[in-house]
Amino acid sequence: MAELRFSGRVASGGFAAGPLAVLLNAAGGARGAGEPAAEAQALRQAIASALRQLLDLAARAESDGADILAFQIAMLEDETLAEAAFSAIEVGATADRAWRMALDDQILEYESTEDEHFRARSSDLRDMRDRVLGALSGAATDSRLPSGAILVGEDLTPSRFLATDWSGGGGIALTRGSASGHVATLARARGVPMIVGLAFDLGGVAHRTEALIDSESATLCLDPEPATREDFAARARAARRSRSALDAFRMRPAVTADGTPIAVFVNIGDPAEVETLDPACCDGIGLVRTEFLFNQGLPDQETQYRVYRRLAEWAGGKPVTIRTLDAGADKPISGLTLEHEANPFLGLRGIRLSLARPEPFRTQLEALCRAAVYGAIEVMLPMVTLPRELELARGHLEQALAELRSAGVECRRPELGIMVEVPAAAIAVEAFDAAFFSIGSNDLTQYVMAAARDSDVVAALIDPSHPAVLRLIAQVAAHGAQVGRKVSLCGDAGGEPKHIEALLGAGLRALSVSPAALGHAKEAIARVDLRSLG
Amino acid sequence: MDDFTATSSAALTNPIGLHARPSVKLTKLAKRFESQIELAPAEDGPWVDAKSIVKVMAVKASKGTILHFRATGPDAHAALAALGALVALNFHEDELDHEGRPGSAHG
Repeated sequence: MAELRFSGRVASGGFAAGPLAVLLNAAGGARGAGEPAAEAQALRQAIASALRQLLDLAARAESDGADILAFQIAMLEDETLAEAAFSAIEVGATADRAWRMALDDQILEYESTEDEHFRARSSDLRDMRDRVLGALSGAATDSRLPSGAILVGEDLTPSRFLATDWSGGGGIALTRGSASGHVATLARARGVPMIVGLAFDLGGVAHRTEALIDSESATLCLDPEPATREDFAARARAARRSRSALDAFRMRPAVTADGTPIAVFVNIGDPAEVETLDPACCDGIGLVRTEFLFNQGLPDQETQYRVYRRLAEWAGGKPVTIRTLDAGADKPISGLTLEHEANPFLGLRGIRLSLARPEPFRTQLEALCRAAVYGAIEVMLPMVTLPRELELARGHLEQALAELRSAGVECRRPELGIMVEVPAAAIAVEAFDAAFFSIGSNDLTQYVMAAARDSDVVAALIDPSHPAVLRLIAQVAAHGAQVGRKVSLCGDAGGEPKHIEALLGAGLRALSVSPAALGHAKEAIARVDLRSLG
Repeated sequence: MDDFTATSSAALTNPIGLHARPSVKLTKLAKRFESQIELAPAEDGPWVDAKSIVKVMAVKASKGTILHFRATGPDAHAALAALGALVALNFHEDELDHEGRPGSAHG
């Protein structure tokens, strides 16, 4: 099959080669229409995958539940059920649309019956419909992807990223997606190459088998010719060599050209990242995103405690700044965050949600107070807008400590600081009695520039080096220096060489970057001469 | 030729008719036979494939319906005898355990 090439934008650098895994409808949007044969194949696979899930559930179910599952299994095994869907596919319908129409017809049929026992079965049909649609969209949790695969889809959710095994390599290529979204941040942290904004029809490439991602040319290549493959391998080798030059910087302390030491911390999105990281490469952890713990519902205190304690022990006395759950906006958690907010980035997220739903927040604080016995754990609150929010959170922290102590559980009071990412907090920073301030440059930039970070059409406005953003950063840094409180920056800008000079110029002396960006960041710091900056 | 065509009928007496659980049992049993087997809620049809639960459920046979079976194939007689017995025994639905659920004695 002839080689296919597509250009996009780089969201995370690097080279990757592997088997192609097409994620149909990963974002829950409409799937593109493929050729009928590919659509029919997708539907057959989805039905088979739904059946596997049901058989798995049935094996564990009590007799009542098993009866319901037996009915659904029998229905799905019956080829008659999907006959209408396959006919619709033959005349051009997509797999998901064809399946939905076929099942909706059946559901209507059951619902219009007078007999209540038959009518009640419409809920089983709905369940089957949605299970197959879920499998079609690639959302099914049991369909683990092969390690090392190149994931190609419309978009990818953060939970899907975290559920994927990246230890064997692999990459991401998306037709939509965003270079400034949450998944891009995670991909950079894990060193997973990622290209977004590719223009092609997913259904049309589903039958391809091999893929190359080349972030130097920002291209995705499908079924490469031998010459392409050789060229790709040669450039990937060259990139690895220049990378090893950066690795030399990676292990050294960061110092500017004029000899000013800069503290460089790491951002951790998944605790597994530290297992391959030498603590000597950084001054501690500047940001632990705790959302990874909430992928499968709300975690209990013990589960959280073990994770936080492991991070504290890994850091060996260096600070470990753990951000409390930052759910909402582009990080929804079912059962916790609000659905259908008109403008979720301006809605109930971060500390606002934690204060509105204090129980999971309290559980997290208790786990943090217990883990603080084992290292320099600092608690960081996201999305703080008012001093009152910090004080309410402090109240919860004190109550968590009191409860642990009265129960005789070993604990320690961690330092309590805030993220500065809401312009109101940056402008009135002196109103906050926080032990430390960490500038969340991604959100601060989007709020200052009034440009959504997940929208590619306004991506040009997302500039953390814009004078308006830098002025706020400088103000926070000056306040910290004046009152003797730590100020750092933990957004993506800290790891991007092109922004580092401006950030240090604004007065920052601490940056927290993704582990993959350590070498680049320290190399860029070494080139900055603060004497030459105003 | 080994093929026979046979017909039989049996009255549905279980309280809620040929609903989900009985349909699962009926189609599973029908699939154990090689013969082509059809059922209908009346002597003159409409006849549907007794091995397809989608079609059997679509009959929506309620209590009191006389189910008619016809089978064509080498084991037609055995199939009809087994299906007739299943219907006559109320799909084993009468054997309830102490909590009023179908008993597990029959699996």
